[in-house]
Amino acid sequence: MGVFILFFIFIGGAIDYIYLDAFTAVGPAFPVATIFALGFATFTTLTAYYGGSDIILSSLGAEKLNLQLPEHRELHNVVTEMALASGSPMPRLFVIFDPAPNAFATGTNKKNAAICVTTGLLTLMDREETQGVVAHEISHIRNEDVLLMTLVSILLGGIAILADWGQRGFYSSRSGRRLGGKNPLLFIPLLILIALSPLIARLLAMAVSRQREYLADAGAAQYTRNPRGLAQALEKIRDAGMPFHKATRGTAHLFFVNPLRRRVDDHEGKLADLLSSHPPIDRRIGLLYRMAGILRPVVQGSKVQMVQ
Amino acid sequence: MIYIIWGIVFVLGIWVISTYNGLTALRLRIQNAWRQIDVQLKRRYDLIPNLVETVKGYMQYEQDTLQKVIDARSQAMAAKGVKESAEAQTALTQSLGKVFALMENYPELKASKNVSDLQEELTTTENQIAFARQYYNDLVTQYNTKQQVFPSNMLAGLFGFKPSEFFEVAEAEKTLPRVNLSLTR
Repeated sequence: MGVFILFFIFIGGAIDYIYLDAFTAVGPAFPVATIFALGFATFTTLTAYYGGSDIILSSLGAEKLNLQLPEHRELHNVVTEMALASGSPMPRLFVIFDPAPNAFATGTNKKNAAICVTTGLLTLMDREETQGVVAHEISHIRNEDVLLMTLVSILLGGIAILADWGQRGFYSSRSGRRLGGKNPLLFIPLLILIALSPLIARLLAMAVSRQREYLADAGAAQYTRNPRGLAQALEKIRDAGMPFHKATRGTAHLFFVNPLRRRVDDHEGKLADLLSSHPPIDRRIGLLYRMAGILRPVVQGSKVQMVQ
Repeated sequence: MIYIIWGIVFVLGIWVISTYNGLTALRLRIQNAWRQIDVQLKRRYDLIPNLVETVKGYMQYEQDTLQKVIDARSQAMAAKGVKESAEAQTALTQSLGKVFALMENYPELKASKNVSDLQEELTTTENQIAFARQYYNDLVTQYNTKQQVFPSNMLAGLFGFKPSEFFEVAEAEKTLPRVNLSLTR
């Protein structure tokens, strides 16, 4: 996260340096573009943030629980248990009628937080596994990950704006109006960096999101004292292999497992790691089993091995 | 020079206030967590007569077991002191577990919506008792740790904070295998 903020300041500073002559004798005294971009991005994101959770819930077709149904009441009870275990107030609860097993948490703080699960999750999971999933989401709420990801999207939006300006400015000033006073050795790498900055920012955002997923898994293990439930839930979701069609790229980082379910999510590797908002499911399962201190079967070709 | 001294005093003051407030907040949360456990225990007392009434008709040959649950419940309600009530609670948990295990033998019981509703209620109450105790112990760990590590231990002694007691699980309950009370679907 700190890296992210530094990166933002650096890109902002570079834009100011090149186009507005900041940090030189003739330019403005402070980095105008950086501050302006940050303000603009903050405004747009905060509007989404305050109306945000209701908009997300209604856009995904979330409905309130019907406590007459045994499955819904079981969910309600499981969430009550986890709220007790974590010492947080009871979140609002919603279900989405969709066969793909998934869940997400939203809301700006633990008082107005909401947890939403799909009906697919309820039918697929037994009580122990539902508990693991719910504990994961409660842990997101306790860690204030929604707030953190809002901050990340503010920075992401700000960098997109800056890069946009940078590219436009590049074409309009190509006549070579003024290069005077600036070091060309600094100038060209900075331009390349500005052009690449939206991509780099997205990669950084993904990295933040993945770290929070690991943290939420660990938190779930702490609350349930039973990492195996969550591990089994992840295994079931992996084997079900259903994408959740209502999710978009903008809301993907909210979910329990990546709802877009691209192939890269299922494989471990450097490239897959960079490009996904969630860690590989297999690695999450492996870490949880290690927490539980039990062996798990790993199928490699025709051999089945028990590994720690 | 005088500014440096004022600066040190200021930082010290902030540290004292925040440590004191942190310890006090933890103490209040511990008290609240303890009351949460009581709420759940009360709920279990309320649910047990319902369960016994509902299953009595089906389980003709298990009247002894059911009577044991009723007895354990009244003993737990009458128990005084932490140790005695912990023992009584353990006995109650065990007798309930036995009833749930026996219920597996009565298919018509499992088919009854009334019974499965009650069973879910009792399952979640049992879990909530366990999780409320776990949370209580987590808080006590935090509180006691804060009182013993340097430098906050100096303030804890000065302001008279006392370590809280853990909720100890009785030896018998530790060795018992965990009973899964939920119906297999």
